[in-house]
Amino acid sequence: MSKPRTMFEKIWDSHVVRKNDDGTCILYIDRHLVHEVTSPQAFEGLRLAGRRMRRPDATLAVADHNVPTADRATGIHDSESLLQVETLTSNCKEFGVTLFDMHDKRQGIVHVIGPEQGMTQPGMTIVCGDSHTSTHGAFGALAFGIGTSEVEHVLATQTLMQKPARNMRITVEGALPLGVTAKDVILAIIGKIGTAGGTGYVVEFAGSVIRGLSMEGRMTVCNMTIEAGARAGLIAPDDTTFNYIKGRPMAPPEKDWDKAVAYWRTLASDPGATYDKEVTLNAADIAPQVTWGTSPETVAPITGYVPDPDKVAEPARKTAMKHALEYMGLAPGTKLTDIRIDKVFIGSCTNGRIEDLRAAAAVAKGRKVAAGVYAMIVPGSGLVKAQAEQEGLDKIFKTAGFDWREPGCSMCLAMNADKLEPGERCAATSNRNFEGRQGRGGRTHLMSPAMAAAAAITGKLTDVRELA
Amino acid sequence: MKAFTVLKGVAAPLPVPNIDTDKIIPKQYLKTIQRTGLGQYLFDEIRFTPDRKERPDFVLNKPAYRQASILVAGENFGCGSSREHAPWALLDFGIHCVIAPSYADIFYNNCFKNGILPVIMPKDKVDILMKDAEAGKPLTVDLPRQKVLRDNGEAFSFEIDGFRKHCLVNGLDDIGLTLEHEPDITAFEKQQKGSQSWLYK
Ligand code: SF4
Repeated sequence: MSKPRTMFEKIWDSHVVRKNDDGTCILYIDRHLVHEVTSPQAFEGLRLAGRRMRRPDATLAVADHNVPTADRATGIHDSESLLQVETLTSNCKEFGVTLFDMHDKRQGIVHVIGPEQGMTQPGMTIVCGDSHTSTHGAFGALAFGIGTSEVEHVLATQTLMQKPARNMRITVEGALPLGVTAKDVILAIIGKIGTAGGTGYVVEFAGSVIRGLSMEGRMTVCNMTIEAGARAGLIAPDDTTFNYIKGRPMAPPEKDWDKAVAYWRTLASDPGATYDKEVTLNAADIAPQVTWGTSPETVAPITGYVPDPDKVAEPARKTAMKHALEYMGLAPGTKLTDIRIDKVFIGSCTNGRIEDLRAAAAVAKGRKVAAGVYAMIVPGSGLVKAQAEQEGLDKIFKTAGFDWREPGCSMCLAMNADKLEPGERCAATSNRNFEGRQGRGGRTHLMSPAMAAAAAITGKLTDVRELA
Repeated sequence: MKAFTVLKGVAAPLPVPNIDTDKIIPKQYLKTIQRTGLGQYLFDEIRFTPDRKERPDFVLNKPAYRQASILVAGENFGCGSSREHAPWALLDFGIHCVIAPSYADIFYNNCFKNGILPVIMPKDKVDILMKDAEAGKPLTVDLPRQKVLRDNGEAFSFEIDGFRKHCLVNGLDDIGLTLEHEPDITAFEKQQKGSQSWLYK
């Protein structure tokens, strides 16, 4: 009998085109997602070298990082953003790549639209010039972010030169307490293993909690795997996965469906497969999480307090913590629920899907955004937006005083007009609380959509369970 | 790509862990469609005030380090966004080598594609090199021999993947190398199309 393999090893093995003596492999890439920020130099490189693009049919492009989330009819006003978006359009035309442009109703954040179109499927290798490509691992696809030179490499060869990663398994067992979501699970994991805890690994998420998550929840978990430093996240595909994919525009056609599913069922890790590292969390111990610092690992349960750097022994950590608290304008010992906020951002590839908007709407319903707080909802895609409007969520939000926007990355990274002013504090459902991420001098607290909606209502960080 | 063999130069100390790529180059400079010209924005928010005046206490603004070609940094350097603008900005500024205890994967990878050598050194060795850098002592990085030489002649060895070293030392372009194996890629596609036809249109 052959050696039991992990899901990562199975997908890896089935994509090796060629292995060099030193272990470096040419790995075949099944799907390539492209956006406007990390692709112009790659297409340019292709052109300069006189190379053709190997598989435009396996590639999908979308403009998401730079696009305005309001007044789309008048176009893009920032000339540099406009040039980048126009460059994507002309590159796609020249090389024959399908593009969802800003006016396409399917347009949205690259990691939302891939799954939504059924492009993301189990067993695939998927790449994108974007670190949050890890999102697609929720389907049991090996998906990871690459740099622009690698984007060019994939455009030209449909392959990458890679060495296999190590295997880690993170198991979350038990049942999630009421009010605790996929976002809280992944924040708790990052808090436990740290932002470099996953470096060099592909992380497989397992356990009853993960199996019980919807596809949206699984995507939230895998999306933030990169914030733990891991190359990719993976979740074994099951009926939840197959039901999600079935019938989507780019799903396997009817005639191949049973064959595809039969193949997908073989992907889960074999019993007895070994991991280089194992981590276990007990779901019952996880409370709603918020970050207090400038790295996703600086996270605490909402019932907690801003920690005290003076209680940390290690000098480098102490300094980093002091610096973070200074940047965040927080005093050690402050009760987290006493922290007032100025803005709320609900959206991003972490939490901009329909289920996230439903969770936020459930909190917002019949309530009002606190005086002095600006709260924005940015759906992850045009289709998410349409679905939400069909369910009447937009009305709930607007009645409560939220701003209902057009889809895109928006204030997740503030490359368009949506940004924080220096010193402003934001409750955000995105994935990075780095200094300046949401605007120079802006202060970001990461949390789940329900928690962000609760913060909008009370004007401060809030335990959503107390609003019920 | 320019080949990397032996580099002797000024080393700038940046003793901070978890320097993310947003910090190396903030998003407002990602709107370019070129690879060059980003050096002026390297470490933008810690190097300049909001009205674009140099912060005199930031290392690369100090006269001794303006010509730095080596950066000595803390753990998990280059974490966060996959933006290759980070190595482009380092290179455009003139940094050809980073020495740190550890790196984030994507950044580490991106360095090699641009002829930058990211040296991984144990923390205690980095601490020593950091002190050298702070004292303004130059360092020599010898990639063929896999050594970092201190000014006093002491040598610290480092490990590096053989293939990556080969490409860097010879300035080889990955795409060209891969395309030499195009028949293998075509054969793979044929086999995959046979077993998983739904992956092809
Ligand atoms: S939503 Fe944020 S994290 Fe996701 S792709 Fe856009 S900018 Fe990146």
